[in-house]
Amino acid sequence: MNWLDDPILRVDHLTMRFGGLLAVNDVSFAAGRGDITALIGPNGAGKTTLFNCLTGFYQPTAGRIAFSSEKLDAEKIETLTRSARKHDGETFLLERMADHEIVRKARLARTFQNIRLFQGMSALENLMIAQDEALSRAAGLSFIGLLGLPSWRRAEQAAVDRAVAWLDRIGLKKRADDPAGSLPYGDQRRLEIARAMCTKPALLCLDEPAAGLNAAESHGLAELLRGIRDQGETSILLIEHDMSVVMRISDHVVVLDYGQKIADGSPREVREDPAVIAAYLGVEEQEEAVEEAVLSGGGA
Amino acid sequence: MEIFLQQLINGVTLGSIYGLIAIGYTMVFGIIGMVNFAHGDVFMLSAFIALLLLLLLTQMLGLAAAPAFVVALVASMALTALWNFAIERVAYRRLRGSFRLAPLISAIGMSTFLANFVTVTQGPNNKSIPPMWDQVIAITSGGAYDVTLSYKQILIVAVTGALLAAFWFVVQKTPLGRAQRACEQDAKMAALLGVDVNRTVALTFVIGAALAAVAGSLYLLQYGVVKSSDGFVPGVKAFTAAVLGGIGSLPGAVLGGLLIGLIETMWGQYFGSDYKDVAAFSVLAITLIFMPSGLMGRPDVEKV
Repeated sequence: MNWLDDPILRVDHLTMRFGGLLAVNDVSFAAGRGDITALIGPNGAGKTTLFNCLTGFYQPTAGRIAFSSEKLDAEKIETLTRSARKHDGETFLLERMADHEIVRKARLARTFQNIRLFQGMSALENLMIAQDEALSRAAGLSFIGLLGLPSWRRAEQAAVDRAVAWLDRIGLKKRADDPAGSLPYGDQRRLEIARAMCTKPALLCLDEPAAGLNAAESHGLAELLRGIRDQGETSILLIEHDMSVVMRISDHVVVLDYGQKIADGSPREVREDPAVIAAYLGVEEQEEAVEEAVLSGGGA
Repeated sequence: MEIFLQQLINGVTLGSIYGLIAIGYTMVFGIIGMVNFAHGDVFMLSAFIALLLLLLLTQMLGLAAAPAFVVALVASMALTALWNFAIERVAYRRLRGSFRLAPLISAIGMSTFLANFVTVTQGPNNKSIPPMWDQVIAITSGGAYDVTLSYKQILIVAVTGALLAAFWFVVQKTPLGRAQRACEQDAKMAALLGVDVNRTVALTFVIGAALAAVAGSLYLLQYGVVKSSDGFVPGVKAFTAAVLGGIGSLPGAVLGGLLIGLIETMWGQYFGSDYKDVAAFSVLAITLIFMPSGLMGRPDVEKV
């Protein structure tokens, strides 16, 4: 119950309206520190919209998104909410921040449903770009880099080491110099996650990381995510349609339907929740058939 | 034959200057998809800064030509870079998210402003410097025509080559170059990975201006004169060079510059100089019609 005791992210009464469409309607939930939190729901449930609110792509119509990589303190959130500030250096109100601020200051990283690697750059360079913030500081607008001073060489070497370690971890060390666009689809998906991890995020937000993967690939992906969680590297929030992945790796599942939260709890609780079953398969269905379908990963 | 050889040398010299200006066009286009029409005027401005400093240092302070030129070159690069940085900040950055023509029109406005500013302060006529470094190396002699290669021409080609090499290194091997390439492909994603897109774009403008300032100073050294309307025609020719080489491509810009320089001088020699600009601009039209991605450009580049 990490999400109740020690949340890293707390969403309160979030609403996002596009003209007459209420895409997200008064959703509140928390994501636990060190947990893998899955956001699931049928198509059009508002998952990606909610994600876009978290990462600053949309300005939510109403509601609050509080985030802290250290400790989320209710009193601090209230103080910050009453002030006009975006953050106090430790606690962040994401709905007030622009996307690049969220990335740099609050340290959220995200991926998209479609792959957005730098196709023409090598796999290694893709991971180096994710460390650009620290590197370009060390390179002093690249002038120090040109002179090859030791401080710059050390920073560059550390970044390369980190990138190579991640390539090794996702099994792409041999293809480090190949253009990212030439890698197989499943490798590109994992490279994107590695790239997001190279920004050293406090919270990793993944939008359908297993989309388009075959069974073996999505199994590999689940292992990768579980490894990240088990080593305590970051907390993870993911949108996923593949129920086998969600059930296998999540600590906590939040279910949305028609923009509203209909269930919230451990995978087991959620799987047995009648509202969830109704949302996925309609109310008429027999409960046994439903159980079976969800378990075999046909829920999407 | 001698005349052809001489014009070849002249063409390569002129082409190197176009190439240096074209790099600025091509880099800015690559990174923010905008044609910076004020770039030619930035080139003209740098030539004027170099001219004023050269005259000041040699005529009033009595410095020798070589150190005076080096000081003028460095100062011109710094001031022009600062100027282009300011233009980007004031006239382009706010329009970056706007519709595509907005920064283009803003650039034309900056171009007009710069050309008129120089006209008002310096007058519309040619300004000249006393000739310097007129030594030449005779390549052939005794024929109908002595082919010569001047020290200045060697300097221009050597500087262009060295700058291209240095710049290639920056783009391929340093974090700035990596950030530039990332912004070129997907600026939004680059920003989400912590790349400072605004700074990367600003530095691109600064580098482009510094290269244009080198071109402007060398142009002044080679031809000895500059006037306030000199931004437009060389600017558009450098733009033609960038399009011919494949806009967005660095070696393409230099190759395009060399070709335009050669076409112009050869046309001037064999068909008369009245139509040499027409020849250069015909190349622009022909390239856009038959080979819109240029000699070394990637296909599917957006055209202007």
